[in-house]
Amino acid sequence: MARSYGHVPGFVSERTRHDETTVVVERERLAEVARFLRDEEGFEFLSDVVAADYLGWGGSGVAGYWGDASGRDLNRPGSWGLAELPEPKPKRFSVSYHLLALAKGAPRLRLQVWCDDGEPVPSVVAVWPTADWHEREQFDLMGIPFEGHPNLVRILTPEDWEGHPLRKDYPIGGEPVRFSEAE
Amino acid sequence: MTASPTTPAFPARGAAQAQRASTGPPIYEGTRIPSPIPTILQVPDELRATDDILTVNFGPNHPSTHGVLRLVVDLDGERVVGVRAVIGYLHTGFEKSMEQKSYWKAITYPERIDYLSFQQNELVFVLAIEKLLGLETPPKAIWMRTLLAELARIHSHLVWLGTAGLELGAISMFWYCFRERDLILDLFELVGGVRMHTRYFQAGGLAEDVPTGFAEQCRKLVDVMSKRVDEYEALFDRNQIFLERTKGIGLLSARDAIALGQSGPMLRASGVDWDLRKAQPYLAYPQLDFDVPVYDEGDVYARYKVHMDEMRQSARIVRQCLDGMPEGPWIADDRKVVLPPRAELHTSMESLIHHFKLVTEGYRVPEGEVYVTIESSRGEMGCYLVSDGGPKPWRVHFRAPSFVALEATAACLTDALIADMIAVAASLDPVMGEVDR
Repeated sequence: MARSYGHVPGFVSERTRHDETTVVVERERLAEVARFLRDEEGFEFLSDVVAADYLGWGGSGVAGYWGDASGRDLNRPGSWGLAELPEPKPKRFSVSYHLLALAKGAPRLRLQVWCDDGEPVPSVVAVWPTADWHEREQFDLMGIPFEGHPNLVRILTPEDWEGHPLRKDYPIGGEPVRFSEAE
Repeated sequence: MTASPTTPAFPARGAAQAQRASTGPPIYEGTRIPSPIPTILQVPDELRATDDILTVNFGPNHPSTHGVLRLVVDLDGERVVGVRAVIGYLHTGFEKSMEQKSYWKAITYPERIDYLSFQQNELVFVLAIEKLLGLETPPKAIWMRTLLAELARIHSHLVWLGTAGLELGAISMFWYCFRERDLILDLFELVGGVRMHTRYFQAGGLAEDVPTGFAEQCRKLVDVMSKRVDEYEALFDRNQIFLERTKGIGLLSARDAIALGQSGPMLRASGVDWDLRKAQPYLAYPQLDFDVPVYDEGDVYARYKVHMDEMRQSARIVRQCLDGMPEGPWIADDRKVVLPPRAELHTSMESLIHHFKLVTEGYRVPEGEVYVTIESSRGEMGCYLVSDGGPKPWRVHFRAPSFVALEATAACLTDALIADMIAVAASLDPVMGEVDR
């Protein structure tokens, strides 16, 4: 099971938890790493690209954000303190690439890079064409700018949508509705 | 429809369908994925300059788009020279909503993502929770989950077959498929009390025991199912109109299918022998005997054949699950995660406290991130779950197989005619709820 990926270009760290190996690499060298993993390690199938926002990670309160400017309110119903603080994250956003090799046992690998707001992540569309829509979705909902993507436009929300809904500082509820009294 | 009801015997097909249907030459040379944008077929400039290009908006409100898919198609006469899929009309923010709910409340959301194979979506989310919790599931729950996942596959394929047939003018197929679909919904009603979105899977097992009479009623369905699939095939396989509209249409080679991330029936119709139920054993699949249908043609007809064979195989699996269903508890005995039995609440203070804490706060899931995949009706269904140690998910993301399938629209529609577009879009089997989430 344990297979080492220390030889991957731009290698930063590696850990295996829940039988899943996560390899963190330098953001700038992602395209090179992707090509290496596809051609040398046999990960020819890109299953998924997903970004996560860790704003407020480990802060007081719970997972899920109530969305007011003052932060989390412990007195709101359903808000409970954490028993122990989760370990800190290096930057605000993680972008994970779930790779799969079409071989016996379906070996999988999570390739991960970290970035702050506005920092570009190299696009892997040239390596795995399927990344096209995945990257557009993460750009749309999480606001990750993928550098070198041939067509980086919104995909799920309308073209004139403001903000990136899956970010933790994006409030829930209250989006403008046409022809309502609030307009 | 040219089906003749007088045809006496349907071709008797054995259970073994694993042998490949053809070993002809590769369907096309090189790659057909457009460049540089893999998902958009762009009109060449010289063709655009002729002023003969007609741009047609197909959808989002069109009966043949399986919901709200919109295709912007550039036509040169009847030939498709450019195509762009526009999605998002059904985006409902499931992932954002789930972050606001405790885990046991969030289980109701994934079912509504893919509203044709809801049990499988529920399953992938519950498996992700269990993986983070390190929770063991009793054998009876594992077998029942396998059974329901396969029933959901038959259900989803039936709806696909009925609607895809409808779009090609075969209206009788729709009635037949929905007749069997109703039997499956009856079974779902028996286990969960509702016909769709049953929310029968809990973290740790099942919400309730398998109801009495389920096995008998399910066996009745299984007994007729494979014969019914033969009937469907008899309707289509000798129908000249259907054959001409599906054979050699919407080609996708194995290499392009992998590069475009295709999975499930799409991949197996392009000649790749890949099924997570075999390659990455989960639930009770390692103990079950079934075949994976693979076809090499990579066209709409091959996708149709894969769906048909999968229905037969699923019926086989359901029968084995009924035979092999072990006795015992249906949910894990972990009082920090699983609701205590109702009767205990009247006598045990401890149970009452557990019940109160679970219902108001929910259970806490240890910090970590997992990515769990299963073979859903449409292919690789993935769930990425991040927990910060609290009772609500920090981040949930679903890898939707039909979202990825729609990425192949441009490659499949290269050199196609406008009339083929309907058949090709149907063969990708998109469920827009899942595409837009």
